[in-house]
Amino acid sequence: MLLLALDTATPAVTVALHDGTSVIASSSQVDARRHGELLLPAVHRVLAEAGLRLDAVTGIVVGVGPGPYTGLRVGLMTADTFGLALGVPVHGVCTLDGLAYAADVEGPFVVATDARRKEVYWARYADRRTRLSEPAVDRPAEIDEAVAALPAVGAGALLYPDTFADARAPENVSAAALASLAAERLAAGEELEPPRPLYLRRPDAQVPKNYKVVTPK
Amino acid sequence: MADEPLVLGIETSCDETGVGIVRGHTLLADAIASSVDEHARFGGVVPEVASRAHLEAMVPTIERALKEAGVSARDLDGIAVTAGPGLAGALLVGVSAAKAYAYALGKPLYGVNHLASHICVDQLEHGALPEPTMALLVSGGHSSLLLSTDITSDVRPMGATIDDAAGEAFDKIARVLNLGFPGGPVIDRYAKEGDPNAITFPRGLTGPRDPAYDFSFSGLKTAVARWIEARRAAGEEVPVRDVAASFQEAVVDVLTRKAVRACKDEGVDHLMIGGGVAANSRLRVLAQERCEAAGIRLRVPRPKLCTDNGAMVAALGAEMVARNRAASDWDLSADSSLPVTDPHVPGNGHAHTHDHVHEVAKENLYP
Ligand SMILES: [Zn+2]
Repeated sequence: MLLLALDTATPAVTVALHDGTSVIASSSQVDARRHGELLLPAVHRVLAEAGLRLDAVTGIVVGVGPGPYTGLRVGLMTADTFGLALGVPVHGVCTLDGLAYAADVEGPFVVATDARRKEVYWARYADRRTRLSEPAVDRPAEIDEAVAALPAVGAGALLYPDTFADARAPENVSAAALASLAAERLAAGEELEPPRPLYLRRPDAQVPKNYKVVTPK
Repeated sequence: MADEPLVLGIETSCDETGVGIVRGHTLLADAIASSVDEHARFGGVVPEVASRAHLEAMVPTIERALKEAGVSARDLDGIAVTAGPGLAGALLVGVSAAKAYAYALGKPLYGVNHLASHICVDQLEHGALPEPTMALLVSGGHSSLLLSTDITSDVRPMGATIDDAAGEAFDKIARVLNLGFPGGPVIDRYAKEGDPNAITFPRGLTGPRDPAYDFSFSGLKTAVARWIEARRAAGEEVPVRDVAASFQEAVVDVLTRKAVRACKDEGVDHLMIGGGVAANSRLRVLAQERCEAAGIRLRVPRPKLCTDNGAMVAALGAEMVARNRAASDWDLSADSSLPVTDPHVPGNGHAHTHDHVHEVAKENLYP
């Protein structure tokens, strides 16, 4: 097994190779505005570090978000197209699950990432591998009760200390965690999610400026 | 010829997910998925809706193009993609797909200019582009007059709209007339039964002191809307066919007049017209008349090649391969305002063919 994992749902552009036993190469760069530029060179670098070519990969793992759309699509489109060109399966993993898997927390906790517009993407977890709620997008103040007193990981938690009093690292997701989680689930014979984006919001429909029609039809 | 470059092109600058495959000047596949219906109720293209649709449609559209062309991805000589100009988020989906595809297949990547692609597509219809060629590009997103001596390295802006694109004016007038979106085809249809001389609408930027090759459609749009509203306010019926015909005449009159003048001034004997508005039947007829009178050869591709599509991107990509232009780097980014003077985005590690005479000439075009 050789999994190529990538995620662009948070400000991190992160890529990792996993051989079924462990992560053999990885790269993470934080630059929210350059996902499109950074991802392919990062893939190339990680493969070079492992001394492998892309066609050795047996499966693609991609973070499906939730995350700001423009960046999120870079990872998904890249993963989909690799899958097409290589003829290998493309597996989706919720980006929040990747963050949870990398958390160093005992007992229940929360994962929250920055959804911009003063909102967070978030979900509750029983432990590193078990998500208790569907990913959601909300204003921190609106979820005070649901997350009160729980430890929280992710940039969304670090950003809103009033809601997340016990905020911790990691801030951004790593493809290494995503790959390890996927490898574990695949080894256990579990089905992974389809590589479909979790937008959680409807598109902003900006209706172009209209002429006032004096008399309707 | 089998040794002509086999190139796959990806276009996502607006609402069409286009994947085309060409061998040199021969069109092999032109697969399109459009999200136009999803935009219709908004009366214009909603960028986020378009970007989401591109992500969904990309892989199936690539598969459809390969099947249609009857070629294997392994046999491609390169992957071309619209790097700009266009909607930033929409472009990024196509660029991401093209980079991943080229990298996975081990093929060179060519990030190309959307406007140059609109010109180059005519090679699929009428063979090699004459050098130089004057090009009039008109669509919902652009209205430009361009002069090219080599479509892979030298595209010079002669003029452009200073406000709305021509296609935008069609959309807006169609909306005022309650005819729906997009406006181009429906205005064309109503205009066929109307009198183009019924109402004299203004011809923008055609005064003696106005820039010779620039366009303006904002004043026309307002004049038509006011005219319609005045009729409605007076309780009179709006003669939709005559308004459509007269408005359309004002647009195509200015477009063809300026394009022919640019050809004469520059001593260019070929004019190509591209972009979605090139599908307009009156524009085609009037351009043909005026070109014939001026001794200019007119080249207009079939309507499906005039609107945004992947074949035009593949056509320019194939020309890049044929002329040994430098491929793009893996860090190629989408550039929503890629200058028209950059037919493609060569990688950093390579020498960029540059013609300094043209650089100077380009600056002189803007007084
Ligand atoms: Zn176009």
